[in-house]
Amino acid sequence: MNRLSFVAALIAASLAASQAGAALQVVTTTEDLASITREVGGDKVKVESLSRGYQDPHFVEAKPSFVIKLHSADLLVVVGRELEIGWLPPLVTQARNAKVQPGGAGYLDASLHAKILDIPTGQLTRAMGDVHPQGNPHYWLDPDNGRRIADDVAKKLGALDGANAAYYAERQAAFDKKLAEAGQRWDAMMGPYKGLKIVTYHRSWPNFTDRFGLDVVGYVEPRPGIPPTPGHTLDLIKEMKAKNVKIILVEPYFDLKTPNSIARETGAKVLVLPPSVGGEKGIDDYVELFDHDMQMLVAAIKETAAK
Amino acid sequence: MRATVRLVLFLVFLNVPSIPGAEAQTPTPTPEATAPPAPVSAPAGAGGKMFNPDIAVIGDFLAAAGKNDTAFASPSLEMHETEASFQAIVDPYARADFFLAFSNEEVGVEEGFITFTSLPASLLLKVGKMRGAFGKVNAMHNHVLPWTDRPQVVQNLLGGEEGISDAGVSLSHLFPLRLVYLEATGEVYRGESELFHAPRRGDLSYVGRLRAYRDLTESTNLDLGGSYASGHNDVGFTTQLFGFDATFRYRPLRRAIYRRAIARTELIWSRRQDSGETIRAFGGYASLEYQLARRWFVGIRADRSERADDPSLVDEGGSVLLTFWPSEFSQIRGQYRHLKYGEGETADEVLFQLLFSIGAHGAHAF
Repeated sequence: MNRLSFVAALIAASLAASQAGAALQVVTTTEDLASITREVGGDKVKVESLSRGYQDPHFVEAKPSFVIKLHSADLLVVVGRELEIGWLPPLVTQARNAKVQPGGAGYLDASLHAKILDIPTGQLTRAMGDVHPQGNPHYWLDPDNGRRIADDVAKKLGALDGANAAYYAERQAAFDKKLAEAGQRWDAMMGPYKGLKIVTYHRSWPNFTDRFGLDVVGYVEPRPGIPPTPGHTLDLIKEMKAKNVKIILVEPYFDLKTPNSIARETGAKVLVLPPSVGGEKGIDDYVELFDHDMQMLVAAIKETAAK
Repeated sequence: MRATVRLVLFLVFLNVPSIPGAEAQTPTPTPEATAPPAPVSAPAGAGGKMFNPDIAVIGDFLAAAGKNDTAFASPSLEMHETEASFQAIVDPYARADFFLAFSNEEVGVEEGFITFTSLPASLLLKVGKMRGAFGKVNAMHNHVLPWTDRPQVVQNLLGGEEGISDAGVSLSHLFPLRLVYLEATGEVYRGESELFHAPRRGDLSYVGRLRAYRDLTESTNLDLGGSYASGHNDVGFTTQLFGFDATFRYRPLRRAIYRRAIARTELIWSRRQDSGETIRAFGGYASLEYQLARRWFVGIRADRSERADDPSLVDEGGSVLLTFWPSEFSQIRGQYRHLKYGEGETADEVLFQLLFSIGAHGAHAF
């Protein structure tokens, strides 16, 4: 009898715990996913991102302090497409949390319904550099993908926390509307510059340039993940001069030495553009990220328009 | 006792993920405002991979030049090791990792273990053949070391390159604290490794470790560990080891691919029993690794260690290193090593290493 009441007490305690710990604990790998999850989850979730927006998301250190966060998480949202392959798997293994294991109830790959570009076809070798066999993982830079991610997040939160499913759906709908409207605003801002030729440092921007009609004619990196080489830099300078390219987009975590010297040779402008929320002070959410990047880009285009 | 067993079973039951079909079906309300963009059908690219594990092969080529007239000298040119790894998720409760090592004369399972990831009570269980959790270097494979060799203290007191690597069970517990990562690990092994010997079934060896880690700032952190190991030595008595390790890391997030520094020390005390007497020996190393540029690293290491069976013999020396990464998948390293052996001989060598890997992209060791 004693044992039975002990077990009953345990069940009661665990139920109480799940009721009391009201807010769902969500861990995301990037600040973009954290922002979208906050938009959808409102005050029913507590969201933390493992990486910072000014950090190269390919090269995050697998710190044990992240294990602590994953240990108590109800939900882990990942970018997927092997973006986090160099650091996340051992953290999840050590998390001692069945929920956030791949395939677990609290594991969400945000890329599953997004529009993914650069999915390689044909033979794939590392001679191409650090290519992602499952496509380009920087897909959050198309606001329509932001809407798709939010939809998936809302469904997942609703599944984990059925009592608040309607709340999540409502917030997701509102966020979707907000993004749809903002998307039109951004399209209008970029409209006059359709087809503008630019160069980027890493292949981080295909979804962004695809959405807003920019034409990427080259990369500062000779191949993904391979640092600039003199030969490639000379070729790029030649091509930029021939095609009159005036903008070089650089992510905040790359060295500016090579982009600056290319800019000197070609008369182009180096534009450091954060690809993630938190990439610069004042970019606190997903909408602000695009607002900021659009303003910077349009200003740079106008500045270099006296071509 | 029986109550405890029941409690454990009950906790296991609580942690088993629910069966997919049994999940609460929540109605998905249709948003009224603007219709969201249609989900794009993009399956998570199983590719041609199907259920094959992630496979990678790493080659470790070594070369040595200079003066070393001792028996410890390494060959001029050597394909030191070829390591093949096979890693995959076993089922919803576990993953498995196999590392097969092909060296000059032999093929062996360097490690091959299953990790149970869904246990209750913040436990992580590994079963199989593993490198023991004694200190830092013992658990590392050759290709993740910041040097071409292993520190002298590892050669003298910890069984060398193989070290404590044995068949057994490892159970570790993570203390649920917010500010400090505190992990306790207990391991039981058969007792047969380079260091320990088990002529009888009961001659098990044991390893214990307590690790504390804390972020100091977003760019710096401190990692401390205390380790213990005991087992039967080659003369039929007991050897006990006590270890302390400390690692300080610096890596600014914004410049993470260009700059990092790692300072580390490991100290090991050995108590080796030998027909009536206890031989006490001590050794350690201190090293610093600094990244200069995206592909360039420099390093320095100081070594000093007594011999386990004769502490009057002391080997001491130091190394400087230069490492270049052509890409994430290959690495070229040069090491100048000066070593004065306990017998009085001196060695001045240039050691060269070329590491190259093909196949799946493994995660980076921390």
